[in-house]
Amino acid sequence: MAGGAGYVTVIGLEVHAQLLTRTKMFCRCPAAFGEEPNTMVCPVCLGLPGALPSVNREAVSMAVRLGLALGCVIERESAFARKNYFYPDAPRNYQISMYDRPLCTGGSLVFEDEGTEVNVRLERIHLEDDAGKLLHGRGGHSLIDFNRCGVPLAEIVTRPEIHSPRQASLFLRRLRQMLRYLEICDGNLEEGSMRVDVNVSLRRTGDDALGTRTEIKNLNSFKAVEAGLEVEIKRQRDELESGGTIVQVTSLWDAREKKLVTMRSKERAHDYRYFPEPDLPLLIIGEGWIEEERAKIPELPLDRERRFRREYGLPAYDAGVLTAESDIADYYEETANLTGEPKTSANWVMRDVLRELKSTGGDIGGFPAGPAALAGLIDLVKGGVVSNSAGADVFAAMIESGESAADAVKRLGLECISEVNELEEIVDRVLESKPDEVERYHRGKKQLMKFFVGQVMKESGGKADPLIVSGILRRKLGE
Amino acid sequence: MSGLAGKSVGELLLLYRDGAARPAEVVGDCLDAIDSRDRVAGAFLEVFRDEAMARAEELGKEDPGRLPLYGIPVAVKDNICTCGLPTTCGSKILGRYRPPYDATVVERLTAAGAIIIGKTNMDEFAMGSSNEYSAFGRVRNPWNEEYTPGGSSGGSAAAVAAGMVPAALGSDTGGSIRQPASFCGVTGLKGTYGRISRYGLVAFASSFDQIGPIANDAEGCALLMQALAGPDGRDSTAIEEDCPDLLSGLDAGLADLSFGIPEELGSWDLDPAVASALDEASRAVAAAGVAPETVPLPGMEISIACYYVIANAEASSNLARFDGVRYGMRENTGSLGSLYALTRTAGFGEEVKRRILLGTYVLSAGYYDAYYSKALSVREMIRKAYGAVFSRIDLLMLPVTPGQAFLLGEKLDDPVSMYLSDIFTTPANIAGLPAISIPAGLSADGLPVGVQLVAAAGREDVLLRGARGLEKLFRFRERSVPGGGDA
Repeated sequence: MAGGAGYVTVIGLEVHAQLLTRTKMFCRCPAAFGEEPNTMVCPVCLGLPGALPSVNREAVSMAVRLGLALGCVIERESAFARKNYFYPDAPRNYQISMYDRPLCTGGSLVFEDEGTEVNVRLERIHLEDDAGKLLHGRGGHSLIDFNRCGVPLAEIVTRPEIHSPRQASLFLRRLRQMLRYLEICDGNLEEGSMRVDVNVSLRRTGDDALGTRTEIKNLNSFKAVEAGLEVEIKRQRDELESGGTIVQVTSLWDAREKKLVTMRSKERAHDYRYFPEPDLPLLIIGEGWIEEERAKIPELPLDRERRFRREYGLPAYDAGVLTAESDIADYYEETANLTGEPKTSANWVMRDVLRELKSTGGDIGGFPAGPAALAGLIDLVKGGVVSNSAGADVFAAMIESGESAADAVKRLGLECISEVNELEEIVDRVLESKPDEVERYHRGKKQLMKFFVGQVMKESGGKADPLIVSGILRRKLGE
Repeated sequence: MSGLAGKSVGELLLLYRDGAARPAEVVGDCLDAIDSRDRVAGAFLEVFRDEAMARAEELGKEDPGRLPLYGIPVAVKDNICTCGLPTTCGSKILGRYRPPYDATVVERLTAAGAIIIGKTNMDEFAMGSSNEYSAFGRVRNPWNEEYTPGGSSGGSAAAVAAGMVPAALGSDTGGSIRQPASFCGVTGLKGTYGRISRYGLVAFASSFDQIGPIANDAEGCALLMQALAGPDGRDSTAIEEDCPDLLSGLDAGLADLSFGIPEELGSWDLDPAVASALDEASRAVAAAGVAPETVPLPGMEISIACYYVIANAEASSNLARFDGVRYGMRENTGSLGSLYALTRTAGFGEEVKRRILLGTYVLSAGYYDAYYSKALSVREMIRKAYGAVFSRIDLLMLPVTPGQAFLLGEKLDDPVSMYLSDIFTTPANIAGLPAISIPAGLSADGLPVGVQLVAAAGREDVLLRGARGLEKLFRFRERSVPGGGDA
């Protein structure tokens, strides 16, 4: 394990997922981004004297859905609590979170690590509100933008059951995929709609007691999570091996310098003085509400991946790639069902569609060739109307013009010349015009077959099927 | 005090209905009364002279019968947000803060036809029982200038008692409506917790705070309460059911109501005037129907401790937002930490700081279980005890405070003794029950003393009916006026 000989690495994660609700957690301001600073605010999210929070049911619904998808217990009664600390991005100087009575408890997330299934259990999921954003150094002042203040967050806390930086990253990728499948968070680490704090400690092999843990914040990508953990684990191991002890600290990951910067030590740790939020009654979730949310849960990534392998006979790699995003999986599935050719469809989607999306940075929703269009092309290739090689050109034409496969083929004149008579004429013409090469072929220079095929293909404008062409050539050349 | 401003809410409504008065006259009379009396009383922090007159003129064009509080001038405690108008909570830290929105109660008063006439003085952030903790000067008791009007809604109680306005809003966290009402000889009502929306009330202790009316009589309180009460989507702790009809049964009398008096009262050293008011009330109830029974009410002696632990804990968090960063006062310095420290040191008064420190302490790691958790258990116990009491009787009758109003400065240096004067009022806040203070008589010093009634949760109708019945027996308003002994 990454802890090195003699040590077991123990990692726990805390993930904040910004929920895609229309309005904020405790007021009716739009949860919108990219607006002018301090325009999406009201007395409630500004924490003005006398203003009171009221719970956004949509945020609760989303968290319940997440809890159900992760196999958590949805607590019938949960309670909001105040987390007290002074900081200018929190206008009440307390955050409304959940403490000893979270919304969801237990649950787990499964992912694959080099072919082995890993199951990480969860501690809890709870709801809280986001803080504003501080903008430092404008003319010597710090400015505050409260637009983000009050946007709902679901905090997902794992048990300390992750044992390597790679596992941490795999866990997070799977969690992100879940959040996106459930359409409750866009899971963007760079932009902070999904934020990760990690806790890590080393335990001597065979020892039961956990070591002293440290915390790392500001991990803005999966890569940063892995790199930050690697650095910290090495630091802890060196410290322990040289007979030192680990001090409980919180560090920030500096992605540019690839190093950890200590933020605060335990002596300076906050006493958040949590207590039940008196402005909000207990959050009561009835059976009906839970069932309503359960009904909204789509087929989840792992189930879908397994079904793709089973139902479409896809290799594990293909199934994994095609189910990474639910809208790609939908696109593939519709295409495969239309063509009845699951593997061919998988090749087209993975090779042509995904490559195109990657190079344009677009998403499948706005892709000019829908599943029906792609299925049309696959049918034409399968039916021999278009050659496999011409198919790529047809596809390019389709996404440029938005026309159907048949129209593109017609416009480009790329139908296969399948009439044998027509092909035989072309072959005859080619052989007649190349007497020297025919002579050399007959004398044993059989490699020239490739040359003849190429000449026929050229003459046909690429519309001939090379397999048929070489058949005719062999016959004509007296094989 | 015979001017229009000294009339009761009910009397004014009748005058309007009969066409015998116009809102502008009444408002004019209130403004005159404020001009002549408030220089000494100090009840108002702000008078909305022009706004009130403009509103009165506007109302003059409308049908008096259509609005339940048509043309009633109301003074509002200064911890209730008034859009664009100063809301200081009696604190320097809010200075000239003007909220950008109206409290729900202000909206409802206005919608009911009332006229907001100004903002009243109070103990800073409603923390105090004498109104001496205001950053903007003390309030004098209209019955005797040497005495406090009580607190923290001292300005509101004094404004009504001095005949400057027929009704006012106060807020009651541990007795802050009922105690000043009692000290000033007026009627003060705190509803069931959640009966009136707290949206726009600057929080002191969220799980206790309730806004309520102060008026000349129970009917005035009932009329205001009826207009203010009811669900509000902006306050999640507001009761979702509608308020019962408080007016139609108001005069049904005491005959079929059962009263109880706490057994534990005997162990308290009550001021003779307080004791005799209670005796008088007890005899009157017996004469009207059934004699009050003695009911056990355990936990009264620890209610003060329970209250101050929880209230201060909540306050320490509620008042954290006053930090000089966004609004109100700011002591500008180089670092963020010192900006917080200096602003709060200069902006808060001693009592507020004391309570923030106490509240922070009881929530701190290592002390939470010993104080805060224990106080929550006591709160549950007190709630249960009251639940048991109200399965036997309709109304609990007890003093408002152990004694009459105290002299200005008398308890200023003795916070614990000040806290202990809340002994009979805090239990209703702890248990979330509706309670009312009605004036019963005068002490030997010529100061009013009140009697308190407490009802089961949600039964403001029963509470007001009982209060109205007792009020008719006491005939306090007919017998006594401030500064003049017997009428």
